[in-house]
Amino acid sequence: MLFLIIKRILLGFITLFIVSLITFVGTEILPGDACTTYLERQAFGEQLEACYRRLGLNVPAYERYVSWAVNAIQGDFGYSLSGEMPIKEVLGPRIKNSLVLASAAIFIGIPIALILGIVTALWRDKLPDVAISTVTIFAMTIPEFISATLLILIIAIWLEWLPGIVIVPTDVSFFELLPNIILPVIAIAMIMTAHMARMVRSSVIQVMASEYVQMAILKGVPYWKMVFKHVLPNALLPAINVVALTIAWLLGGVVVTEVVFNYPGLGRLVIESISNRDLPTVQALAIILASIYVSINLLADLMTLMLNPRLKTLQIRK
Amino acid sequence: MSDIIQKVKNLSIGFKSKKGEEILILKNISTKIKKGETVGIVGESGSGKSTLALAMMGYVKHGLYTIGGKCEFNSSNLLNMKSKDLEKIRGRKIAMIPQNAGQALTPNLKIGYQIDEALQLHSDLNEKEREKKISELLNKVRLPSPETIALRYPHELSGGQQQRVAVAMALAGTPDLLLLDEPTTGLDVTTQAHVLELLNFIAKDTGTSMVYVSHDLGAIAQVSDRIIVMYSGEIVLEGPSRDILKRPIHPYTHGLLKSIPKLSLAGLPESMPGSQPQPGIIQSGCSFFDRCNFSEDKCKNNSPQLEFLKELNTSVRCFNYEKLLKESQVNQNVNKIKNNSKDKEILNLSEVSISYAKQKLLDQIFNRISDDNPTVKDININIKKGETIALVGESGSGKSTILKSIAGLLRTKDGLIRFDQNRNLSSDLKERNPNDLRIIQLIFQNPDESLNPNHTVEEIIAQPLKLYFGLKGEELNKNIIDLLQKVRLGDFYMSRYPRQLSGGEKQRVAVARAFAAKPDIILCDEVTSALDVSVQAAVLNLLQQLKEDFGTTYIFVSHDLAVVRAISDRVAVLYQGRLCEVGPSNDVYKFPSHPYTEVLLGAVLEPDPDIKPKLVAEDIVEEKPPEKGCSFQGRCSRIVGDICKKEIPPWQLTDGGNAIRCHIPIKELQKEQF
Amino acid sequence: MTVNSIYKEEKKSAFQKVFEVIITMASRPSGFIGLSILVFHIILAFISPYIAPYDFKAINPTLMLQAPSAEYWFGTDDLGRDVFTRTILGGRTALTITFFGSLIALLWGGLLGIFCGLVGGKIDDIVMRIVDAFLSIPWILAMLLIVSLLGTSTEVLIPALGFFYGKGIVRVARAATHDVIAKDFIVSARARGHSNFSIIWNEIIPNVRDAILVEGAMRWSWMLLGFSSLSFLGFGVSPPTPDWGLMISNARGLMSFAYWAVIAPIVGLSSLIIGINLTADAFAKALGIDRSTKAPV
Repeated sequence: MLFLIIKRILLGFITLFIVSLITFVGTEILPGDACTTYLERQAFGEQLEACYRRLGLNVPAYERYVSWAVNAIQGDFGYSLSGEMPIKEVLGPRIKNSLVLASAAIFIGIPIALILGIVTALWRDKLPDVAISTVTIFAMTIPEFISATLLILIIAIWLEWLPGIVIVPTDVSFFELLPNIILPVIAIAMIMTAHMARMVRSSVIQVMASEYVQMAILKGVPYWKMVFKHVLPNALLPAINVVALTIAWLLGGVVVTEVVFNYPGLGRLVIESISNRDLPTVQALAIILASIYVSINLLADLMTLMLNPRLKTLQIRK
Repeated sequence: MSDIIQKVKNLSIGFKSKKGEEILILKNISTKIKKGETVGIVGESGSGKSTLALAMMGYVKHGLYTIGGKCEFNSSNLLNMKSKDLEKIRGRKIAMIPQNAGQALTPNLKIGYQIDEALQLHSDLNEKEREKKISELLNKVRLPSPETIALRYPHELSGGQQQRVAVAMALAGTPDLLLLDEPTTGLDVTTQAHVLELLNFIAKDTGTSMVYVSHDLGAIAQVSDRIIVMYSGEIVLEGPSRDILKRPIHPYTHGLLKSIPKLSLAGLPESMPGSQPQPGIIQSGCSFFDRCNFSEDKCKNNSPQLEFLKELNTSVRCFNYEKLLKESQVNQNVNKIKNNSKDKEILNLSEVSISYAKQKLLDQIFNRISDDNPTVKDININIKKGETIALVGESGSGKSTILKSIAGLLRTKDGLIRFDQNRNLSSDLKERNPNDLRIIQLIFQNPDESLNPNHTVEEIIAQPLKLYFGLKGEELNKNIIDLLQKVRLGDFYMSRYPRQLSGGEKQRVAVARAFAAKPDIILCDEVTSALDVSVQAAVLNLLQQLKEDFGTTYIFVSHDLAVVRAISDRVAVLYQGRLCEVGPSNDVYKFPSHPYTEVLLGAVLEPDPDIKPKLVAEDIVEEKPPEKGCSFQGRCSRIVGDICKKEIPPWQLTDGGNAIRCHIPIKELQKEQF
Repeated sequence: MTVNSIYKEEKKSAFQKVFEVIITMASRPSGFIGLSILVFHIILAFISPYIAPYDFKAINPTLMLQAPSAEYWFGTDDLGRDVFTRTILGGRTALTITFFGSLIALLWGGLLGIFCGLVGGKIDDIVMRIVDAFLSIPWILAMLLIVSLLGTSTEVLIPALGFFYGKGIVRVARAATHDVIAKDFIVSARARGHSNFSIIWNEIIPNVRDAILVEGAMRWSWMLLGFSSLSFLGFGVSPPTPDWGLMISNARGLMSFAYWAVIAPIVGLSSLIIGINLTADAFAKALGIDRSTKAPV
């Protein structure tokens, strides 16, 4: 058991290591380096030299990678060219803002997805299922930027219930942020919830068709007791991993949504630093987003390990 | 009236096909179950027997629906009862013991909880009493140390133990009627006999009525007072157990009993032609018409009704049952198999050991296998050209493992596999040349898995022809038709896909594919186990015929000892990957000398109420072979002392040419038996 | 005994099989709607240049932000261009690029997945680790980076999209191969001594084809979604070529008084994505594969 956990954590680190290599090599083999890319037409003479010195581009690539990696582990990602300050200072408030957005979407999305998924599975092919499933198909397929735009058009512009665009400074306090995030959270949560609801539905349906559920019915177990004791624990276990993947996928959606709502989070920083051709920041972002992805998946794996009696006793027996 | 516990009246259950046609699984079934009796429902897969058993609990599977009729329990129809009321009957009045307990126990709940749940629902006991009751129940089904078993999860138990837990769970509600759906199918021979004995004991002890559903006439014969025979969704014969088994008056049952191999008979039984039709395929006439030896013109378009014969207390669905009434007993004609083995050795295994242990890094680097206690060890067998040698044993005996190594699919740890006296065969596929691969062909247990579902029969049989002989065009075509004819399939089968064939037909295609390579040796891995009882004999006869025509050698692996008896010239008995006994079938079956052979043969269930299984040893499941001494020491009832635990027993020879491996002198062994 | 004919079928040609699958798909209402929408969009993509009433890039300041009228059915945008013209043309680029992108994804993802599933062992471990690592970089970040450094030409976009959306197919193809490879017909082919190539081609591909094709159809809709997001962010199709994502992005700022300019491309893009999705769903059901258990990665 312990061995399995350690192995999973190690694998996570290996993945992150490969990600860092990919981003580093990727930025290395694409034409131009960080300085020429950033400075574009001014990339000559004194200015270029200064930039090279600041980023330490005049040493060999592998040395740069090692020193970058060592610093990155300590939380120092180097210097932001466009922000003209250390990257970690740029990142700090952005991460906080994005976390607020994403976790709000997750905390609202997961319970709703669970309820919708279970309801549609239990009333399979009946009215609640058909109605909810049709809605989820739409919610799932329409891109965030469309749902976000429509939300602004209908709720902010036509109905004038909520502000459409977030106009707050980057380092705004949590409570000032709150009224501004309602629409973005809905836009993000919609697509994710729809996805998860469909997965929960099919997982529950699968378990409902299993022999042990049939056996529970034949044992005379009342319906709801059967659902809670025999169906859900077994149906939701495999769903954990899939839910984790969906959450990770949401990171991409966050980028687009933040742009639509002009929200000062990591997503907008991605666009800004790419538009400004600020490669060191892009590298840092890649590592941070990948770590979030890896940790969510790791968490899901560990949860599955803890909850699955099959795996739990595996080590004891051998 | 009051002695009838369950009454099924004109019950029809079916489903809607994709084209919207109503297809019947059960056709107008009526029967009664009396208090305290055990009724066996026997039929092949697709006969509707499980659907009937589930309907007796008021349960109809998703996708099926009741078309008409009712199932009455204590005069209330279960099929239109509210689920609230059903919950009070299921588990309390009627309980089910499922086919596959491993799948039927909820994986995330402990054994104790699952039994406790039934007690909570169906008894008034308080927590303390329930705890005691759980132990009692587990004790009753003879599980060792109930307290620890209760704390385990289902996957931590062996198949036999899981089945016992399912029995305990069913008994928790002290039901009046127990439904058993193939409760012993999938268990090892000895475990099966033990579970059946337990069920018999419970039936007597508690006076519960039982409905025992199975495809296995052997198991049915051991438990039932009355037998219902189902075919294609209908009851074709119903009556007292002994009469049905001794004097079946329906052609299907008659033919079936004739075609089942028995331990007492050496040689292949007569086979029944064809196979059971798929549901919905028959629109009118008798569903057994095309397989029947007694059919007449009127059977083709008129469906016979179930007729009750008062003097025999039997119901039968046949126009011509009188013809069968005259036959006093089932006369089983067997075709003695010709032993055309020559003295020439074709395959020799010497000192073969096979290990499944995960290899350490160091061993991987040096490309060696190190395992002191390998799964299969010291196998020495000398196989003669043209003989059929059978490897028998329970699951875990290593019989299939040995086949894999002969086929080159599994590397051996030690030992040599020698073909034709002088050619060494590597156990690694990559080191064999095409001809080495051609001379040994495999036939698998389950033709559903061994035939690529996306290839037509033509493409399947063409594969070896193209690979080994480079055949093309007209010649290839001719060869395929030729092979199909040899396995008794018409050339119109060429364009069919496996899913369009019945189980028996699929297995024939697999046989044709094996013979297409013109092999010297064919490895048969449980080739009849996945087939319906009524088609088993036909496939066995076909294999025998082909062997006589081509002089092929068979290495035949099976857990079914009666089948092995019917087809093999020689038998090798394996336990935990070690040989116990090797000898001519006649001798092994007549005078089983090794204690394990005795246990195995004693546990075989025969479709005859007069032959009861003998339970000699415990059915403990051993996970690993013992490191020292005799492989059977853990279960042997004849242990003679420390020597069994320390020393590997020597080979001894009997007069019949039987070689056995035991510390007890051969004379003594034979005296003590039976 | 009269025998019902429903169980008799004969071998069919590939064309017949495809035709049958389409009929099965269209026999469900959702499949019918999805197919109709998709076919409508494909036809529109082919004929729109010939039926467009105006020039899509003709800027006319006098006609800025006209409300829908008989002359301009969907009104005009902030540069006075006809929104109807631009809307019916707006799906062509996205449809083409993502179609070829998914073909590439299908090809490399499918083949690599089958290969990994077949060889297993260390090679499989290493490849899957790398695929996992690629999966953990958000696609949008990677795509933005590539596009911003290499430009937004078709030659860059198609392979880049194909590469990033193929990773998920690797997993699906590998899992499907794993399921098949344990089956006895593969063991049987190996024991006969067929070459690896022959086993992949004859035994594995026919059995994993359906699962991979369904996955490919799904990728198509996700890729379209991703590509439109790129356009929306200004990293996809470059102006003045009409594109729905770009049109939505441009008209978004003015939607408080000219909602038509944003509604028309939204309807266009949403309907296409829903159409592809419903089609992929119906395709999966027609082949007997449950696609709702899969994560959108």
